[in-house]
Amino acid sequence: MIEIDAVSKTYGDATVVDRVSMTVPSGTIAVIVGTSGSGKTTLMRTINRLVEPTSGSVRIDGEDNRALPAYELRRRIGYAIQGHGLFPHRTVAQNIGTVPSLLGWDAKRMARRVDDLLELFQLDPAAFRERMPHELSGGQQQRIGVARALAAEPNILLMDEPYGALDPIIRAKAQDDLLAIQARFGTTIVLVTHDMEEAIRLGHRIAVMDAGALLQYAAPADIIARPATPFVEELIGAPERPFRLLSLARVGDLAEPGEAPGEPLDAGLSARDALAELLWSGRAAAPVARDGAVVGRVRLDGLARHAARPS
Amino acid sequence: MSAGTVLRAATLVVLLAFLLAPEAFGPLFAPLTERGAPPIYVQADMLTLAVNHLALVFAAVFAATIVAVGLAIVVTRPFGTEFLPLSRSIANIGQTFPPIAVLALAVPALGFGAAPTFVALFLYGLLPIFENALTGLTNLQPTVRDAADGMGMTERQRLLRVELPLALPVILAGIRLSTVIALATATIGSTVAASTLGEVIIAGLLTDNIAFILQGGLVVGALAVLIYDAFLWTERRLARRMGRT
Repeated sequence: MIEIDAVSKTYGDATVVDRVSMTVPSGTIAVIVGTSGSGKTTLMRTINRLVEPTSGSVRIDGEDNRALPAYELRRRIGYAIQGHGLFPHRTVAQNIGTVPSLLGWDAKRMARRVDDLLELFQLDPAAFRERMPHELSGGQQQRIGVARALAAEPNILLMDEPYGALDPIIRAKAQDDLLAIQARFGTTIVLVTHDMEEAIRLGHRIAVMDAGALLQYAAPADIIARPATPFVEELIGAPERPFRLLSLARVGDLAEPGEAPGEPLDAGLSARDALAELLWSGRAAAPVARDGAVVGRVRLDGLARHAARPS
Repeated sequence: MSAGTVLRAATLVVLLAFLLAPEAFGPLFAPLTERGAPPIYVQADMLTLAVNHLALVFAAVFAATIVAVGLAIVVTRPFGTEFLPLSRSIANIGQTFPPIAVLALAVPALGFGAAPTFVALFLYGLLPIFENALTGLTNLQPTVRDAADGMGMTERQRLLRVELPLALPVILAGIRLSTVIALATATIGSTVAASTLGEVIIAGLLTDNIAFILQGGLVVGALAVLIYDAFLWTERRLARRMGRT
């Protein structure tokens, strides 16, 4: 659990972070959203003390994060950044092994961990271990960047616009990977982005920041349904609201008993994608299948009801 | 094998042959002499002169590297930035002193021989290495530095594991420049009795023997070209490994 308690950061006269308090429960993903200059990155960096707050404190599992020397604290917290920040003079294996080597792991354990992580990110260890970062594609570099952040099995992972430099297709894949990894290891993740779409897709809770202040910190559905300020509403985008709401639901959860003609939709599909599919194929309803077996159907008006503003 | 590689290999072979058996090249230089003067300098062993010359240059450049890189590291740390202008001036002063003036000033203090030459070469070598080390250490990509800090490296670990290795190609380029300058400048050291290849050239100047001047100059030139190339090759290899071209 990460507790940010009345944290402020000022540089001279400029207040970059203004008395922000928020709690990230263990094993959840909190996404901090805001425009550039909103203080979102600065706030995140107070967690691993790349920024020392002017006032306020940060506690990790109840303990003040100033209890340890900064470098020891940082070795326990995964850190992945935009543009990956891989060390260009080190191989993929050496990059991934950065924190384990700082912690003094023996070579065997380190090599095993590197191979495990490469496999986790669907990269063939034999082919990638000895490559240099510049020999990788942007998507591969990004995956190595996250693998490096996870190398020493941290409980907490901080990510600063990790997918900002990726094209949309690779980004979607990287986001899916992150959700799978988070579900598997139960890592507590704090992710900074300017993209509300990404925030809604990834976050258990979303923190909206503007001009250093935390405007709202709530679950995605709440943020969409009840934006605290006009700025939050603007960030969500009024015309996007119904679709953002739909993107939070899985079609399997909305399925009702009954039959429908045509190709079934997978239960794991988001309700938004299901709506698009129905509209595109000109159907009013479609069967829903889980693991190949039809479990019910979704109808256009059912999806439309779900897209309406919650009362 | 490229034409350049063949040329370098040939230069190396001819150079070694000349250093080991200079007398064999007598007929080649004979046309340049007048009144039956000796075509080859034999007052001192050519190989010994070359080895002394190189040893003096490498010792001076090595010392200059230690001081210049050390200085560049200090002034790029948070506690040292205020010394940046001062250290730049010191290195610049080293450069503006003509080497012959350094020799003249150093002889009364250090006596004749290799010591004043060493001082001149050392002072002369500082600036290129310092400037390059500074460039290499300050041009670090911000994301790479941020990643190093975020991973939990201490200042020292970041310097040794990230900053210096990444700056190495640029630092080597500075060492290359200093070495080549020192190779040429070391010949002047023979005016204060340092044992270098300059002895051959000065003997030629004193006795009006073009053959001596030419063989001394050619040996120094060939050494400079070969050493320059070796540095460049290493720099390029390192840079390519990091994906820079």
